[in-house]
Parts: sequence; structure tokens; C-alpha cells
Amino acid sequence: MMDPLVALGDWLLSLAAKINLPPAVSQVILYLLGVSVIATVALVITIFNTWLERKIAARLQDRIGPNRVGPWGLLQPIADAIKMLTKEDTTPAAADKVAYNIAPILAVVSVLLIWAVIPFTSVWYGTKLNVAVLYIAAVGSFGVLAVLMAGWSSNNKYALLGAFRAVSQLISYEVPLFLSLLVPVLLARSMDISVIVEKQGSFLEMFVVAAPLAALLFFISSVAEVGRTPFDLLEAESEIVAGYHIEYSGFKFGMFQAGEFMHTFTIGALTALLFLGGWQGPLVDQYPILGLVYFMGKSFAVYFVTMWMRSTLPRIRIDHMQALNWKILVPVALVLLMLTPLVDYFTKDLGVLFSAFPGSPGELTLTWRTAALLLTNLVVGIGALDIIRRTSKRNTKARQRFPERAVARPPKEEAA
Amino acid sequence: MTPMQLIFIFTAVASTVAAIMVVTRRNMVHAALFLVMTLFGVAVAFVLLEAPFLAVVQVVVYIGAIAILMIFAVMLTRNVTDDESGHPFNANVRLALLSAVFVFSLLVVTLGGWAQFSAIAPFANTSGAVAQLGEALAAADGYVLAFEVASMLLLGALVGAIFVVWPRQAEND
Amino acid sequence: MLDNWLFIGIFVLVAGVFPAMPIIMFHLFGPKRSTPQKLETYECGMETVGQTWVQFKVQYYIYALVFLVFDVELIFLYPWAVAFDTLPLLGVVAGVLFIFLLADGLWYAWQKGALEWS
Repeated sequence: MMDPLVALGDWLLSLAAKINLPPAVSQVILYLLGVSVIATVALVITIFNTWLERKIAARLQDRIGPNRVGPWGLLQPIADAIKMLTKEDTTPAAADKVAYNIAPILAVVSVLLIWAVIPFTSVWYGTKLNVAVLYIAAVGSFGVLAVLMAGWSSNNKYALLGAFRAVSQLISYEVPLFLSLLVPVLLARSMDISVIVEKQGSFLEMFVVAAPLAALLFFISSVAEVGRTPFDLLEAESEIVAGYHIEYSGFKFGMFQAGEFMHTFTIGALTALLFLGGWQGPLVDQYPILGLVYFMGKSFAVYFVTMWMRSTLPRIRIDHMQALNWKILVPVALVLLMLTPLVDYFTKDLGVLFSAFPGSPGELTLTWRTAALLLTNLVVGIGALDIIRRTSKRNTKARQRFPERAVARPPKEEAA
Repeated sequence: MTPMQLIFIFTAVASTVAAIMVVTRRNMVHAALFLVMTLFGVAVAFVLLEAPFLAVVQVVVYIGAIAILMIFAVMLTRNVTDDESGHPFNANVRLALLSAVFVFSLLVVTLGGWAQFSAIAPFANTSGAVAQLGEALAAADGYVLAFEVASMLLLGALVGAIFVVWPRQAEND
Repeated sequence: MLDNWLFIGIFVLVAGVFPAMPIIMFHLFGPKRSTPQKLETYECGMETVGQTWVQFKVQYYIYALVFLVFDVELIFLYPWAVAFDTLPLLGVVAGVLFIFLLADGLWYAWQKGALEWS
């Protein structure tokens, strides 16, 4: 079944051939159009998410969110944008002009570039890179550079201090992020995201079933990478005032915030693609447009979980956060990475364990490989929790036994 | 002039200019940021050579880890408002320029006389390149020994760096 | 394959322009009522004292170092993972040994107390 966008692209190419444009130029123009479409979609989704975030956070706090501007407050983000238009664009006198202005742009660019490799359906994607997963890691490192530039160029002690803490958090959590990213690459034998999604055909082939611990590690590290609660000590501190973007106001500050919202949705999309099957789902072969529905649904589900976490969990202190990373997440990820290849090697040719409703859209096929990997993940996860519980400082001190305290008792009845 | 040649020339010129800026800027953080630009130019050169894996490795390792480490070192140990008005060159600048020109002309003469230099290499089929690299890294008649030695080298680097940077345990004992 | 990267190159240019355009627009069309107070460095409303520099804390550097070592390790592991299907058992064990050696390094750093944020 022909896709509308693919048909549109072919028609435009034939138009270009009719007016005798050289094929290189027409290809560049087509790419430009594709890039603009993807960037616009990303920005529209981000704007929609600002509204969605406020509504859901409000409901979780037992109140209604914005509901004055437009139906259900849907035009609220537009009102915010117009307000920002009237703000003055100041640059502190002692700031380093070039780095100060480039930092917010770099922060947004580093997130926007991830959208180039995200497949929305089996045929709608920006581009297919055979090193897509590492490309995402590479682009993330530009975001780290942007934070450092923002903090240093503001020429402000608190901004610099906030930037250092932010960068140390970001690079620390990149280790379990890359380690857990290795697991779907290992399971799909490819770094190409389209191939990873294609390998997750039926419901039980989703990598979240084969590697739930890796999905959890990836999700936690990604949330820490974005800087959202419970890891948002970089922003709303009372000790570092406002962190590395203290000297930014107006639209440049808005760029940092927009970049953070976009990044949060992007990690939802990446979790959906790498672990939840992306655009795969029942009946997606006959109706490819359903792929878009499944992908968006899964991404928004993960995004909802991040919003839920934001309204529920308190902030973590920085030493707890680094201890969580280096002493829990990284060792668990390393142990998982040592066991997963061994288990995968011995079970990859063993075949199907059981199969229910074969051939129908609701097919459930469990292979020996998936079952063995699931078992490994559960063993490592439960083992890790057990070790953490046993070595946690709270429980190593013996429960204090308090001596019997005098309790107020009514005087004994005197025998009259 | 094909588009690829144009892109290459633009990238090469930008990288060279950035490299010159790295060694002539007085402000160390500016120099570090220009270094990031140079490394990114090298990554683009890798892409033009049809080695995308090396390009992303360049960005992830060099820009994402090494440049950040260097910027940390610079920012943590220097005053932000250091004196920047001095002349960037010291007394050896003429000798340095002379040796740079000499090495460059030596390279031009040597490579220009090599017949294969201006031949256009056909693009190999690089679709399975990363898999081939992985296979070679772990094959018994391949580079598996070098693979393990590399991991021991990394282990040694980690242990050595912590030993040098973290003297607290020695002081407390 | 170069076509794919051409797409990425065009994406970089367009993605660079997308946020830059509104900033330039607001810079040109926004209100300009700058006073010297607005341009001063912010320090909770007080005057800044002393030059701007940060207390050297070796912890930042150590985290960056350990991250660097793990980053380089992962670069070796990704091709190994992609080529997994064609590897004999020796190849799989070689990779696992590689990971184990670096986990050992992390254990050393942990025991030395280098991972504490103090």
C-alpha cells in the first residue's frame, strides 16, 4: 500500500526531472523539505508537551491545569510564546558574547539532531544510518558541551559551579546509558535503529521482555541525562540559585527549557523504539499508518511515566546521585553485560518454547532465547536488590532496643 | 568540482583555521572550544571517507570525553579573568614557522611523487564494515590478543590515573 | 550511504538555523531598555566579590577520567556486539573478559574511595 509521503516525494522528484534540474540539486531540495518537516514535527510535539505536562502535573496534584486560554487551555503555549516576545534580550556585560549566545542554540540542536534517525513507521524516517545508536550518543555529548559553555560564559561563580555539577552528573550517567544501549544492539545484532525495531516483531519479541533490566537502566539513565526529577538538582536549587542558566533570560532561557522538554519526549521515543517495539504492533503490515499510531502511543506512555515520576518523587542529593550511578547502576549494567552474551550464545539456536494463536495478529511466540534472557535479567535484578538491601547502612546497625520507659499508669485502686 | 570536493575543501579549511586558533589564542577556554571545532572537522572528514563508525567514535570519545576532560582541567585550574592581552608568540616563533613550512613541503614533495596519490580510489562496499571490524576484533587469527591487551591498557590507565590523582588513602594510612 | 550523511549534514544546518532565527528576531525586535544594573553579574542581589573562579575539587576530574575509560571501552564493544552472530565461543568469551577487566578497574576505584563525593 503506497504511503502518502513516499508518493509525494516521488511526485516532487518527477516534477524536478520535468524542469531539468540536475538530480543532485533536486535531491538536496527534497532533503531540505524532509528536514523541515521533521524539525517542525519535533517542535510542534514539544509545544504540545508543555501544555500536556502542565495539565497532567495539575491533575496529579488534584487541581485543573490551565483552562482559560482556548478550549482546555490548548492555546496556553502560544500565550507563553507571545509573552516571551516582549521580554528584553540582555547579555551580561562581563559575559563571553560568542559562547554565551551559542550555548542555548547548541543545547537545542543536540536534541533536534536525534530526530534525524528516528523511524516513525517502516517507511517514514529521516535517514537510515548503520551506526545510528552511536550517533545518538555522539549527539548527546554536544549537549554536555552546551551546558559547560553556558556556565562558563556567564562569568558568574554560581553559574560555573552549577555547570560543573551538571556536567559531572551528565557524564557520570552516560556510562550506564551507553552500557544499557549495548543490550538492544547485542540482541538485534545491529546499530541501526530501523533494524532494531524490525527485529521486535510480535508482542513477546519486544526487547523489554527479553531485557527488562536493561530497559529500566536505560530509562533511569536517560531521565538523569535530561535532568528531570528526581535528578533535577541542576535547576531548582536553593544553594546554587538556578544553576548554569542563571544569567539567561527571555528567549534564550526558553530555548534551554524547550530543549529539556524535547529531550524528555525524545527519550520516551527512544525507549519505545529500542525496547517497546517502536512502530510494530498488530496489523501493521496491512496498514502502515497504524505504525505511527503505535509509535506515538508508546512514546507518550513512557513520557507519561516521566511526568508521573516528576510529580511523585523527591529530588536526590548529589552525593546520593553519584553513589547511585557508580555503585549501583554501573556494576549492575556490567554484570548484565557479562551474562547476556553468554546466555544469548548458548540459547540462540534453540527455537520456540511455546506459541499461542499462531498466524493471527495476536500471536504470542516465546523462544527459548527470550525466556533464558528474561530469567537472567530477573536473577541479576533480584540479586542486585538483595545485595543493596543487605549492605545498606540503615540495616547494618542493629535495631536499637530501648529500655522499658516508665509509662503513665493510673494509680492502682487502693483498697478502700 | 564535485559537491564532495567542495564540502571537503570547506571542512579542511575550517579545521585548519580552527587548529591555528587553538595554538594562538591566549584564552585557554577559547582554545579548547576551537579544539572541539577541529575535532569535529576530522569527524566530517571520516564521513567523507565512508567511515561513519570512525566519525561517531571520534565525536563520542574525543569531543564527548577528552575535550570535556581538558576543559575541566583548564577551568578548574585557571582564573577566568586571567590576563589575555599578552602577545601569543614567544621568541621561538620564527624557528617554529620555518620547521612547519619545511615539514609541509617535505610531505608535499613525497606524496606528490607517489603515483597513487591522485588516483581516485573506488568506493568499497562498506555496508558490513562494522560487523567485519567486530569479527576481526574477536577472531582467534585476528586481533583478539590486541583486543585484550587494549583492555589491560585501559585498566592500567584507570588505575594509574586514580593512583596519581587520589592521594588521600596514602595520607590516611 | 553518503546520501544518508548528506541528510544529516543538511539537518545540522537547518537545526542550527531553527533556534537561531527566533533569537535573532527577538534581539532585533524586542524592547531595549538596558540599564547598567541589568547588565551586572547576578549574585543574589549583592555586589560580586573577588574574581570568578571555582574551588578545585578533584572529584570532578576523577568522574571525567573514569567516564573516559569506560567510553573508550564501549567503543570497542559496539562492533563486537554487532558481529555477535559470526563469533565462535572464543570470541564471545574474549568480549566478556574485556568487560570483566574493566569491571575490575571500577572495583579498584571503588575500594580506593575514589568514587565518593565528599
